[in-house]
Amino acid sequence: MIYKGSAWKFGRDIDTDAIIPARYLKTSDPAELGKHCMEDADPEFINRAKKGDVIVAGENFGCGSSREHAPISIKAVGISCVIAKSFARIFYRNAINTGLPILESAEAVDGITTSDEIQVDTDKGEITNLTTGKVYYAKPFPGFINDIIQQGGLINYMREKVKMQVD
Amino acid sequence: MGMTVTEKILAAHAGKNSVSPGDLINVKLDLVLGNDITAPIAIKEFRLIGIDRIFDKNKIVIVLDHFAPNKDIDSAEQCRMVRQFAHKQDLTNYFEVGRMGIEHALLPEQGLVLPGDAIIGADSHTCTYGALGAFSTGVGSTDLAAAMATGEAWIKVPSSIKFSFRGHLNPWVTGKDLILYTIGQIGVDGALYQAMEFTGEAISSLSVDSRLSMCNMAIEAGGKSGIIAPDNKTLDYVEGRSSRTFNVYQSDDDAQYAAVYEWDVANIEPQVAFPHLPSNTRGISEVGDVVIDQVVIGSCTNGRLEDLRIAAQVLKDHEVDRRIRCIIIPATQDIYRQAMKEGLIEIFIDAKAAVSTPTCGPCLGGHMGVLARGERALATTNRNFIGRMGHPESEVYLSGPAVAAASAIAGKITSPEEL
Ligand code: SF4
Repeated sequence: MIYKGSAWKFGRDIDTDAIIPARYLKTSDPAELGKHCMEDADPEFINRAKKGDVIVAGENFGCGSSREHAPISIKAVGISCVIAKSFARIFYRNAINTGLPILESAEAVDGITTSDEIQVDTDKGEITNLTTGKVYYAKPFPGFINDIIQQGGLINYMREKVKMQVD
Repeated sequence: MGMTVTEKILAAHAGKNSVSPGDLINVKLDLVLGNDITAPIAIKEFRLIGIDRIFDKNKIVIVLDHFAPNKDIDSAEQCRMVRQFAHKQDLTNYFEVGRMGIEHALLPEQGLVLPGDAIIGADSHTCTYGALGAFSTGVGSTDLAAAMATGEAWIKVPSSIKFSFRGHLNPWVTGKDLILYTIGQIGVDGALYQAMEFTGEAISSLSVDSRLSMCNMAIEAGGKSGIIAPDNKTLDYVEGRSSRTFNVYQSDDDAQYAAVYEWDVANIEPQVAFPHLPSNTRGISEVGDVVIDQVVIGSCTNGRLEDLRIAAQVLKDHEVDRRIRCIIIPATQDIYRQAMKEGLIEIFIDAKAAVSTPTCGPCLGGHMGVLARGERALATTNRNFIGRMGHPESEVYLSGPAVAAASAIAGKITSPEEL
């Protein structure tokens, strides 16, 4: 997939309470969760982020809780993918399992500032900063993880497996 | 080549003789956990997979603890949906209000987690059970859904870091202080994707309650799991709690570690983590003047009997400062009852603390002690992120129960030595 959008840059250790505060976890409705995405990190984000935009962050993005509400709220805003220097491990799993594209590249993060126009080719792991013209490459995913991503998440992947067994 | 305790457990559950860090394996699970926040999404996803029944009604645990007893209509609806699923699937280990406790205190207590187990839970603090010598890690709701269907999960075998604690503990220092110190040293991503193995004579000297507090916060260093190889204390603890058989694994002498840290606990005093990261730690003597509005003693980190005993020891014959709200939450019904029998609850009430039924409540800013703008709390919980306990402009400091109780009396962050 190829995505294009503006970059929203955040620092390191953006935790799940910053992505979606626990006070909103009394629902799992994506639209409702999307309304509060990144609220405590940048109250303006939710008013100004556009469909296709890209979140760019430092180390340990998504640390903290296991709440899948975090990638769900990011997807609900229409964010196309998250690029970070590194991801906290449960967030990493959750993103893969829910089909939110994520890419790890410290160079890309250092080379992108807020509002830069970014193009991401998730199949190749290629990140292009259209504003500066620079190109970066993210670490590829291991094979079996790639299968899950290709199927659009773990549930689709499993549904296909179950169907195959029934057939 | 030798293996770590974590590698041995994972190999055994993947049907392999050995595994190495980085291997992607499919693990057969002994237990799968969800709660009132993570189970609703998992149940929706489970229904999408296209099968009706869960893999084993004895191996799926659901605990309603975060916003229960329900804090409002939305959380009541969430709990109702989970409840209906649990009853329909006839789950043996579904814990309703009145039987429930905070999940990570409840499962060990009920004998549901045992040494050598492989466990996932849709809650980041599932790493707690490593204290009994199990491999246990937090996952998201989709992983929970998949595991409810198959009893399996994909795991990337983590490399291990060894933390060796030498020497004798200083007064008032518990597992909470050791883990806060550790996180302060290595940072909130210092063990990213890795297993944190705690060893050494100081760890052997810790009670099981204290070990559970320690492994509980492995996630706060980015760890995939925390683990303490079982010893006699572990075996004494699990005895009589379960009739299930289990395996005891130990790390080989020639096991490989990504890093080894060795600390003398004589140099570790009670710790306090400043806002807004658990790694922002200082020894109690370095804290300075920090006036607080609220103290919370509880949570899956420090709501166990040992914690309540320590809090009572400090609070006895004292009163909470008039400007402070001190909220004490026994983590399970059994702990509550035992605290009552031992007279701890009476000490708390005499000290003018509020004692609550088990719930996560204030730990995640849910209910039972939410902070207003500009307020400051000292809590025995595990996270002090921005807005964690309420208003985004409130602050949370973290400590063990001794410092928390002393601070409630003094109205500012204080060592129990200073009372
Ligand atoms: S007590 Fe706090 S950290 Fe522990 S499970 Fe509950 S909300 Fe999570």
